[in-house]
Amino acid sequence: MIQAILVFNNHGKPRLVRFYQHFPEEIQQQIVRETFHLVLKRDDNICNFLEGGSLIGGSDYKLIYRHYATLYFVFCVDSSESELGILDLIQVFVETLDKCFENVCELDLIFHMDKVHYILQEVVMGGMVLETNMNEIVAQIEAQNRLEKSEVRQVL
Amino acid sequence: MVAPSLKLQDLIEEIRGAKTQAQEREVIQKECAHIRASFREGDPLHRHRQLAKLLYVHMLGYPAHFGQMECLKLIASPRFTDKRVGYLGAMLLLDERQDAHLLITNSIKNDLSQGIQPVQGLALCTLSTMGSAEMCQDLATEVEKLLLQPSPYVRKKAILTAVHIIRKVPELSNIFLPSCAQLLHERHHGVLLGTITLITELCERSPAALRHFRKVVPQLVQKLRTLVTTGYSTEHSISGVSDPFLQVQILRLLRILGRNHEESSEAMNDLLAQVATNTDTSRNAGSAVLFETVLTIMDIPSAAGLRVSSPMPLPLASPTLIRYVALMSLLRLVQSDHNAVQRHRPTVVDCLQETDASLSRRALELSLALVNSSNVRAMTRELQAFLESCPPDLRADCASGILLAAERFAPTKRWHMDTILHVLTTAGTYVRDDAVANLTQLIAGAQELHAYSVRRLYSALAEDISQQPLVQVAAWCIGEYGDLLLEGNCEDIEPLQVEEEEVLALLERVLQSHMSLPATRGYALTALMKLSTRLRGDNNRIRQVVSIYGSCLDVELQQRAVEYNALFRKYDHMRDTLAFHPLRAAILEKMPLVERGGPQVDEEAKESKAAAKLSEAAPVPAEPQASKLLDLLDLLDGPSEDAQHPPPLDPSPGGALVQLLDLPYAPPPPAPIPSLKVFEREGVQLNLSFIRPPGTPALLLITVTVTNSSGGDVTHFICQAAVPKSFQLQLQAPTGDTVPAQGGLPITQLFRILNPNKTPLRLKLRLTYNHFGQPVQEIFEVNNLPVETWQ
Repeated sequence: MIQAILVFNNHGKPRLVRFYQHFPEEIQQQIVRETFHLVLKRDDNICNFLEGGSLIGGSDYKLIYRHYATLYFVFCVDSSESELGILDLIQVFVETLDKCFENVCELDLIFHMDKVHYILQEVVMGGMVLETNMNEIVAQIEAQNRLEKSEVRQVL
Repeated sequence: MVAPSLKLQDLIEEIRGAKTQAQEREVIQKECAHIRASFREGDPLHRHRQLAKLLYVHMLGYPAHFGQMECLKLIASPRFTDKRVGYLGAMLLLDERQDAHLLITNSIKNDLSQGIQPVQGLALCTLSTMGSAEMCQDLATEVEKLLLQPSPYVRKKAILTAVHIIRKVPELSNIFLPSCAQLLHERHHGVLLGTITLITELCERSPAALRHFRKVVPQLVQKLRTLVTTGYSTEHSISGVSDPFLQVQILRLLRILGRNHEESSEAMNDLLAQVATNTDTSRNAGSAVLFETVLTIMDIPSAAGLRVSSPMPLPLASPTLIRYVALMSLLRLVQSDHNAVQRHRPTVVDCLQETDASLSRRALELSLALVNSSNVRAMTRELQAFLESCPPDLRADCASGILLAAERFAPTKRWHMDTILHVLTTAGTYVRDDAVANLTQLIAGAQELHAYSVRRLYSALAEDISQQPLVQVAAWCIGEYGDLLLEGNCEDIEPLQVEEEEVLALLERVLQSHMSLPATRGYALTALMKLSTRLRGDNNRIRQVVSIYGSCLDVELQQRAVEYNALFRKYDHMRDTLAFHPLRAAILEKMPLVERGGPQVDEEAKESKAAAKLSEAAPVPAEPQASKLLDLLDLLDGPSEDAQHPPPLDPSPGGALVQLLDLPYAPPPPAPIPSLKVFEREGVQLNLSFIRPPGTPALLLITVTVTNSSGGDVTHFICQAAVPKSFQLQLQAPTGDTVPAQGGLPITQLFRILNPNKTPLRLKLRLTYNHFGQPVQEIFEVNNLPVETWQ
């Protein structure tokens, strides 16, 4: 099960924070900070798996992260997930973002935080992997966007 | 009317425009005030925008709880735009702990049944993220209906929601079980993925489900085969592997189904071999599948040939990621199949050299697990080399791992000693506390090694007095075997000419060094004292040091120094005789071997051991306890008298024995001496039961049991005992100090009495406790002690 998905930039500012298990607000922020510090120490050619920090559940949990340009994508998972599989999942997620936003960059994530959440919801649901086929995901998102646009037109 | 509110993007712009943290806070607080006002006004048109902004600032860490009710309103709205933000807000802001979360149950129910796919999707997503047990119970039937809907989009979401429901309310598993078989026939990968997850969850939770689903093993095998053999299909392939996620999930399920079940594993063997050999591991996706395959092969009772040919060695040679996962898998396997993993030992040991901290940690764990009696020397060498260069956070684990391995597999005592010595010199500060005790135990037990060990420790100490465990052990050793050190000859090591003055100077350095812990100083002081009997020269230097410490600020050291001083002072008039005074020599003679964890049994040596133990246990004020016992002893005019024991030392059996209370309670073996009721007052009773262990004729074990049949509790119960001077008495810690009223749990306490001269036993007891709110004190002598207790 995936416990949390965090995206933050090289300075630790959160861009996407999604927990699939309940933590109180202050703990959430602490976890983001702690994860950032853990991940920042890693060189780029070192393996992408880390023991989870103390706050996020201890020895059974691992942090699996990938570094893309200015952003870190960190998935906190327990032992029931395949580590290499999660790495591929991060790649799928990022490629989907790329398709939805046309050459996605950090600014897209900043200004469209809600849309990023909606996309994520099509990939991971309730801490479990939902769909890994990019085309499906993109098709769904586009359908939803069309629905939203039609409503806006109705109001106007 | 509310002023036109900012769009989300504009707010974000403003926040980013803030140059300092304080400015950002100001902007956000102003905006939150607007949002709050807008919520109060109840503006339906812009509510979704306000909530979106609120969620953004929530992510940055600012409070957003006042948006919770707005989520509910948005979810209830018919517009998709509103629902979207509303559900997102519910997932981010609401959780089971707040009562408000139940209010969305109804909305979810409505949304699930009204047939617009995106809306159904949102509702399912929310339920699976924050659905509490009550919500799941209410909505389970709705979700079940959706499992067999035509649209795969809704279906796959419903399936994963079902998994969540089962996790929250396991009793509902039965609702979802029947649909699984049909869902397996699906072709849509998303639905399949969810189904496999659902079946896995069901099987993990109930053995009955596990048996039920064994039937589908052939079907799963077929699906996996199709995936593996179909050519490159763009839809689901990642790096050329068709849907590795699905493959991994199926493999995992096969592992669960095939575990301990011959028939199922037979069905999968061929396929597993096929997957293992055909998968391209040059990219990540292939490796993921391969690892899952190997784990499955290892876990099921498959043909031996399949296991042996497992392609484990290859991945270890490739980049760090793969190495990591390989090490993880080997770690999992080492429990079940030790020999298979032993084959990879050289590669694992190589991984110790990795600069990557995660890798070296895994490699360390694995190496420690792989140590056995045949490879212990080689492995220890590797691990010791690693210890010298490894990062600090791994040092403690490495050190204790080496020590443990050495203890279990040491080929010779000398090798063991060398290993421990090496660990202490390299990573002394990281070893566990009992390493010192273990090493002294080991040395004491190996008679032939005394000369060797004292020499090695002396050289090590002379080089470096900063590593505390090493210093403690070395000091102890020099104290015990100082005479061997000065003799000069030892076969195994180059002859080392050591002068008495050098030894004394070294111990003094330890005493004075600011790096030494108080415990270490205690060791050094005692060692100096012991040397006063071992060395042939004049004791003036030692006496000087000891008397200086008589006014040391540390209470522990001061007490000792005073006691040692007394030893010197009182018996100095006898120094003219050729022999040393028997008392001091006897007190400071070599210690006998202590049984590990067992209580002391021997006589005078106990006092020096007790003195040494004072350094290990925390300093407990021994004075008040000792003086009470002194009073008791004066009351007893024992028949036989030894030479007058000097007062400061006499209570030390009692005082030091307070420290010995730390020793573990050893249950006495049964023996048939009649027990004795010795005291009764207002319902409080004291019983003594006696045991004479067959192996030690001088030993008597008395168990004191305090019971309370009265209506009031007994609290602060303390029992003290005194015996004639020829006896040795030890009191172990009582099980408690309270006996509840009306036959509550009694207190028991163990006394150990040594009676080497077999003189008749006399025992005086002093009890203090509170009963019915009144303090009670009783002092009495125990009469009618059975003859068997002392004969």
